[in-house]
Amino acid sequence: MGKKTFTCIVCPRGCRVTIDDNMNVTGNKCLRGEKYARTEMTNPTRILTTTVKTTFKNMPRVSVKTEEPIPKELIMQAMEEINKVTIKEQKKIGDIVIENILDTGINVILTKPLIRNEVKNEEVHLSN
Amino acid sequence: MREIVVIGGGASGLAVALETKKRGRDVLLIEREEDLGGILNQCIHNGFGLEVFEEEYTGPEYANKYIEEFLKLDIDYHLNTTVLKIEKTNNYFEITMSSKARGIEKIKAKAVVISTGSYERSRGSIIMPGERPYGVITAGSAQRYLNIDGYMVGKRVFILGSGDIGLIMARRMFLEGAKVLGVAEIMPYSNGLTRNIVQCLDDFDIPLYLSHTVTDVKSGESNRLESIVIQKVDENFNPIENTAKVFEVDTLLLSIGLIPDIALLDNLEVVVDSLTKSAKINQAYETSVRGLFICGNSLQVHDLVDNVTLESIRAGKCVSDYLEKKLEKNNESIDIIPGKNVGYVTPQVLDFSWSPKELIISFRGKKKMEKTKIKVFQNNELVFEKFKQFIVPAEMETIKLDYSKLNKFDELGISLEEL
Repeated sequence: MGKKTFTCIVCPRGCRVTIDDNMNVTGNKCLRGEKYARTEMTNPTRILTTTVKTTFKNMPRVSVKTEEPIPKELIMQAMEEINKVTIKEQKKIGDIVIENILDTGINVILTKPLIRNEVKNEEVHLSN
Repeated sequence: MREIVVIGGGASGLAVALETKKRGRDVLLIEREEDLGGILNQCIHNGFGLEVFEEEYTGPEYANKYIEEFLKLDIDYHLNTTVLKIEKTNNYFEITMSSKARGIEKIKAKAVVISTGSYERSRGSIIMPGERPYGVITAGSAQRYLNIDGYMVGKRVFILGSGDIGLIMARRMFLEGAKVLGVAEIMPYSNGLTRNIVQCLDDFDIPLYLSHTVTDVKSGESNRLESIVIQKVDENFNPIENTAKVFEVDTLLLSIGLIPDIALLDNLEVVVDSLTKSAKINQAYETSVRGLFICGNSLQVHDLVDNVTLESIRAGKCVSDYLEKKLEKNNESIDIIPGKNVGYVTPQVLDFSWSPKELIISFRGKKKMEKTKIKVFQNNELVFEKFKQFIVPAEMETIKLDYSKLNKFDELGISLEEL
């Protein structure tokens, strides 16, 4: 089979990494690249970022992500699960929205605080 | 009278306000939206913060780090408030702002920082033939509608321009159930990060048509977009005959570039650089108007928000220095000029009345280059050089110079040479 070269997507740097039959990785500038190349060959995963419906007038949608990368082939299924959810109460950034999505052991968490307008920071904030 | 008024509460404005406040300055930030965070709020994808935090965050998470600190430091701010005008008198600025809650107000400030970000190029800025139906919108607008307001702008989508926003939106629309038929890019290479080509297009089998552009736009019933035609272009960007492909779509997203938003400079006598389409600055992020500073995407469009933050922290430091009167005007300055293969450069002026000894120069290459030397000349003498494996126009380059080595008379030229 020989070597396979692809672009590492762990960070915006975008290293060109090469992996051979013995799973030796070259071209990566950090250890995450090595891990990425191996996972990409065996079980490609991605962090899924999307939004969830809320009942809040001031924030009809709030952004979420999977805490860890999930298997690539589960992405569309995960979207379906996430789109079933409607959040009704205030939540902090990092709070869990779906626990253990699709039995991956990975949680879907908020990436933005969800606060009702009335208690949000006042429009004008002057300390003196 | 305020010491500093910062206009815009995105990544740049937050960093300036934090830095100046930490240095004991009096600062007021004005934001026109109902939340702080700027464009980061709609950039829900990940990839932010690797430079600054060595960790990967989504846009809202990155913004939240700074918003939390901003609130903790008890910095003054206005939300839902639009600045209409900035005027300069002898010693201070007068800022006119408008809000639903308080109407028109005027405030005075010793220094003003413009951190208003950039706006998207729209259909009007490129020559796109065809009709003018509904459904042709910028990718960033579609991103806002979807991620903040929660509705889809269409079901069958084509994207013109392979900038990062376009690629990110291709994936986003696909995930939410739209059919994304392709992305066309007029250049022979993509303008986005390679990682976005991989994880936004390749992952979902969305085709990328390089050296292609939209050559016709057709409207259907009730003036909604019905189809577009793309064609391959030659090296002069002219469409090639018999290469037309028709796509039946209800939405065409435009991701064709960003332009610094400097509309607020209209009333001030600011010298503008036709290359950056923003104000010319000296190494202290000060425009040609004394006490008026600019940074972030309103100064130059950045690829990474981390660089916006770092730049704006440096700008904040300079504004603080300005108010502490650490500088004396002495009229000694030289120009910094983009030379061979360099698209633009900031700062454009080196002003010797400013103290920090370190000069940070940002620029972009004009074309893709390999094994390149970055060279800085003054009076035909090489004052700096650095090797760089790859140069691409999509990535901003930054170099540091010690300017105590430079003479105060000859202009500085930056060029790129392939080995």
